[in-house]
Amino acid sequence: MENKSLMKKITGSREALLAVILILMIVIVTIINPAFFTPKSISNLVKNNAVTMVMALGMLCVMLVGGIDISITSTLALAGMAIGMLIKYEYISSTVLAFLIAIAIGIACGLVVGLVISRADVPPIIATMGFMYVYRAMAYLISNGGEWASASALGTFKDFGTSKFLGLNCVVWVVIVCYVIFFFFMKWTRTGRKIYAVGSNPEAAEVSGINVRNIKLMVYTIMGCLAGLAGALQVAVYASAMPNMQKGGEMDVIAACVIGGVSMSGGRGSVVGALLGALILATIAKALPLIPFFDQLWLNTIKGILILVVVVMNVILQRTADNNALKRREM
Amino acid sequence: MNKKLVSALLCGAMVLGCVSPVAVQAEEEGVKIALVAKSAGNAFFEIAAASFVETAEAEGSTVDIIYPEEATADAQIKSLDNLISQDYDVICISANDENALQAKLEEAMDAGIKVVSFDSAVNSDSRQVFVNQAGVTEVAQALMDAVYDICDGEGQWAILSATSQATNQNAWIDAMKEIMESDEKYADLELVEVAYGDDESQKSTDQTEALVTNYPDLKCICAPTTVGIAAAAKYLQDNDCTCKLTGLGLPSEMLEYTGDGDDYSCPYFYLWDMQGLGTLAAYTSIAIANEEITGAEGETFTAGDLGDFEIVAASDGGTEIILGLPLEFNPENVEEYAELY
Repeated sequence: MENKSLMKKITGSREALLAVILILMIVIVTIINPAFFTPKSISNLVKNNAVTMVMALGMLCVMLVGGIDISITSTLALAGMAIGMLIKYEYISSTVLAFLIAIAIGIACGLVVGLVISRADVPPIIATMGFMYVYRAMAYLISNGGEWASASALGTFKDFGTSKFLGLNCVVWVVIVCYVIFFFFMKWTRTGRKIYAVGSNPEAAEVSGINVRNIKLMVYTIMGCLAGLAGALQVAVYASAMPNMQKGGEMDVIAACVIGGVSMSGGRGSVVGALLGALILATIAKALPLIPFFDQLWLNTIKGILILVVVVMNVILQRTADNNALKRREM
Repeated sequence: MNKKLVSALLCGAMVLGCVSPVAVQAEEEGVKIALVAKSAGNAFFEIAAASFVETAEAEGSTVDIIYPEEATADAQIKSLDNLISQDYDVICISANDENALQAKLEEAMDAGIKVVSFDSAVNSDSRQVFVNQAGVTEVAQALMDAVYDICDGEGQWAILSATSQATNQNAWIDAMKEIMESDEKYADLELVEVAYGDDESQKSTDQTEALVTNYPDLKCICAPTTVGIAAAAKYLQDNDCTCKLTGLGLPSEMLEYTGDGDDYSCPYFYLWDMQGLGTLAAYTSIAIANEEITGAEGETFTAGDLGDFEIVAASDGGTEIILGLPLEFNPENVEEYAELY
């Protein structure tokens, strides 16, 4: 009994553990370089990682049903490039409209991915690999073969990345709003709980009347929607749209989720975990160049080691928890 | 069956073409040039290709632009395979790999096709001559002088590069360091750090922020990479930093940030002249097809309005033609060039 509650504490507090790691990192970096922990610096950190943070929410949903999506940065490039070109050639000028178009493109992309995975039963990694190439190529096509929509061509749209609302940068607000919505959605809505149900045991979910295929379709659509939003954010933050933007960035998003304790086999993970994972990654990326005695080439090594440590830790914790449950049943 | 017959005839014609002097035939019909790209979707290459085609057609030659399926040496080898069996006089190539194309290009040269490389070189055994957009020393000297000017001759400056393995960037950085050491003029300039932004906006922004945070007295950042300079320019301008910027960038990307005074982060920057490169590569291809030049060191030829050029020894043991100094983009001309690049 005592044993069980101890285990429960540790497995239940994985997020707390991550939070401790994050705070420890921030404290250490701040001691070495006090410039790290200033409001402006933190705002810049969130802004510079907004794209990864927003997409981590979608990846959380996808990974919860046991899937994966590596087409997201291609969707991002397609959506971002599309609004970039629309603004450049003066078809649209409204920032809100640009965001809506980017999100609509993202939803359409995600819906197609979801249909292929849920209706044709194609393994997610294969299906999204295909769409990774397709959407990236489409981004190149609409860019007239590699043209950029740069700062001067983006009119008032790029101001979104620099303007503030209630003292906070608008991009930071978007990230906060997304996280708040998803926190409630995943925890307290029926649909949110269905995603968990499908992930932890698809057969049981099916039996209990959940339409597993529709849930799968929905999570990829959510992912696409967020990737589209991220596309608009990327263009606003860096004031330029290029067809090759964020190439390879999908791995950072997956890494953020994995560090945040989201299980690759589905069913386990939380919004807070994804947030902490993304923040830990962002802190490493921002802190390493600030620490004078660190060679910057260590960045990827540290990222990789951290992912491995966290995953191994998760596996060990899970195994002990399972063993424990098994022992209890025998008795 | 028909196709086979045609290709057999073509092969025969090619063999004959090799035996009989090519130049005579070429002068009558114009030179037939195959321009091989790295891949489709490279805005940079397109600028060079457009002026290449314009120049070559004005000289009565025909140009076919060949786009490999992807930006790899393998894809270029496949494209070259097809080209060799056709009756091209010259192959002008921007290579995806320095060495991997050697066997194919030697095969082409054995078949009597002249090989010119431009933009991105193939090794000295695989080409007649390389058309170089700007020599390493020229770029480094221009950047070093810009840094000297922006820093008013003394103070801290830093470099924001692409990846740590990027060949071009490392060559320029090494050359800049050499120039700095060899000349007393630069003695008061202190290069504090070489940061790597991996040509990603996100990482370049982090690196720029770290540079200005770690070195509050930093006077100038030199970013010899297009993605890096744009990201740094945006960060410095948005945050009203006193640190200024120069480097190699695209005019259209930098238009917003180029200007005099404190409101702008970049007073001026450079890039090689891609239009000029295309034109020079076209004249070189035609001259080599007409056997005005063979690609040997010391030969000279006239490239239309660009003037006279001399073939010089390249650092890799082959020969090259250097276009000249990089173009400077300043508040006066950046708008005009932004239409192009």
